[in-house]
Amino acid sequence: MWRGDFQREAKALWVALCVMTWALVGQAQPIQVVDDRGRTVVLPSPPQRVVSILPSLTETVCELQQCHRLVGVDRFSNWPASVESLPRVGGGIDPNIEAIVALRPDVVLVATSSRGTDRLESLGVRVVALEPKTHADVQRVMNTVAAVLGLPSGEAQRLWKRIEAGVDAAARSVPPTVRQTRVYFEVNRAPYAAGAASFIGETLTRLGAQNIIPPELGPFPKLNPEFVVRANPDVIMVGDRNFAGLTDRPGWSRIAAVQRQQLCVFSVDEANVIVRPGPRMAEGARLMADCLNRHLAP
Amino acid sequence: MQRTTWLAYGLFGAAAMLALLGLGVGSLGLEPIWVMLADPVAAQIVWDIRAPRTLGAWAAGALLGLAGAVAQGLFRNPLADPFLLGSASGASLAVALSLAALGVSPFAATWVIRLGLTGAAFVGAVAAVLLTLTLARGVQHTFRLLLAGVVVGMVLGALTSMVTIMVPEVLQAMQAFMLGSTGFVGWSAWSIMAVVGALCLVAAISLSKVLDGLSLGESTAQSLGLPLLPLRAALVAVIALATGTAVAQTGLIAFVGLAAPHLVRAVVKTTYSRLVGLSSLMGGLLLLSADLLARGLIAPQEIPVGVLTAILGGGYLLWLMHRRSS
Repeated sequence: MWRGDFQREAKALWVALCVMTWALVGQAQPIQVVDDRGRTVVLPSPPQRVVSILPSLTETVCELQQCHRLVGVDRFSNWPASVESLPRVGGGIDPNIEAIVALRPDVVLVATSSRGTDRLESLGVRVVALEPKTHADVQRVMNTVAAVLGLPSGEAQRLWKRIEAGVDAAARSVPPTVRQTRVYFEVNRAPYAAGAASFIGETLTRLGAQNIIPPELGPFPKLNPEFVVRANPDVIMVGDRNFAGLTDRPGWSRIAAVQRQQLCVFSVDEANVIVRPGPRMAEGARLMADCLNRHLAP
Repeated sequence: MQRTTWLAYGLFGAAAMLALLGLGVGSLGLEPIWVMLADPVAAQIVWDIRAPRTLGAWAAGALLGLAGAVAQGLFRNPLADPFLLGSASGASLAVALSLAALGVSPFAATWVIRLGLTGAAFVGAVAAVLLTLTLARGVQHTFRLLLAGVVVGMVLGALTSMVTIMVPEVLQAMQAFMLGSTGFVGWSAWSIMAVVGALCLVAAISLSKVLDGLSLGESTAQSLGLPLLPLRAALVAVIALATGTAVAQTGLIAFVGLAAPHLVRAVVKTTYSRLVGLSSLMGGLLLLSADLLARGLIAPQEIPVGVLTAILGGGYLLWLMHRRSS
């Protein structure tokens, strides 16, 4: 009897001890992520000081409600407004190493193509390199960023579901005639186009529109202007920095989109939303859907 | 004779002073200096970021100045610059290819990451010089070498444009490389440049007799009994090694290699054995001061140093030209 009690108590104590150790270990569990270079980055604890030198990653951190952990951003990060007051540490391709180190970051989020990665790592700074390019990449990068920040995996999934719902809603808002609408999205006046394989092209496909650029030309093909005249798009989408003179190009006045004035000229801010593969892709889809709605008869 | 010694001391002293100043210039200004002893991050900024990049700018400038002097002697042309054998365009093409490969296949990406952009740039620079040598069928004809260098530079430059057209995502990163920057130079990069620089300087000084001979004309050099062929090949190797190393670590930096020997000649008339050394010191001083300006002018932001060297070097050369003609 007495002995049984003791055994039971000992057992309870043992279980309690196990739980406590587990909890302690669980708390001190380092974070381990594999970034887009295929490198495993280990963080001893959830980072509290984060530097992001890619606008889409800055936006992802903020949309995961962790904006307060950012201590520095690149010169192109401008959304949400709260990041405007943060120290600027150069651009993604020419990061200012000294300024980054001075911020004592626990982790730096960079693009894979950034030049400063090796230098930062040799100075003992932990770097996670990510390169969102497609819709699928955005989801993957969100999961990685959430993992880096030590958030439960549900957070990233919730955010992704919200974005997906937003894109779907934008797609539902356009009339069915969009299926016959042929769109040309000009990235810049070289001209480079957004092909079906690009992030913008994927959004167009989700909206149901046709892209005049076939997927086999790759994400951002450099076109001969003649190609666009021949393809005769119904709608042209372009940022206002590249719009000037577009309708005066030789032969372009005969393009259906130009004749019917079905041109969507996006402001710099709007263009930023559309071209950044990040959490504002639903907003980008809505901007493009609004443009289609304006020009398509229901 | 006296004058060259003074010039050497002067250039070295000025560089040393600017290097000290360099510890205090950066996006945070002088602040890290004051708190260095108490704050490990400030100490890291001063010793592991500012110190190596300051010395790195000096070393890279010295490599370019040295290569410039050797190139001008070898080609007997005051307009020759160290990139004349195609090394710059070779390095650019290699960087463009590696950046493009990053996005193409995971297999290529692992190789690119292992080699690094620095390694790729060096390999590209040296490969371009070898290509120039092959096209010129050796080093015996200076004119053919020069022409082959121009052709290689043009063609590789065009190929680089092709790559950036096929994969426009690399455009921005390429631009950063083309502008050149000393911002990523660490101690290891500096020691590589210092060792290569010392080797090249020793080689160039011991080969300076050939350069002096060549300045009197090819046939005179031959009549002096110098074994021109192997010595020329060695000089080309010095140029390739020096420019390849500088370009790999800092990107394309214009005008230092062209301007440094001219600036030295504007002060003293001397033989190549002294000119190569003085030109290195001048190149180092030029790039070091340009780097300080690049860091300090619009701090906390930074101007790519290659832009500044082009403006400063070009401006000074123009002034020199006008002063001479008037």
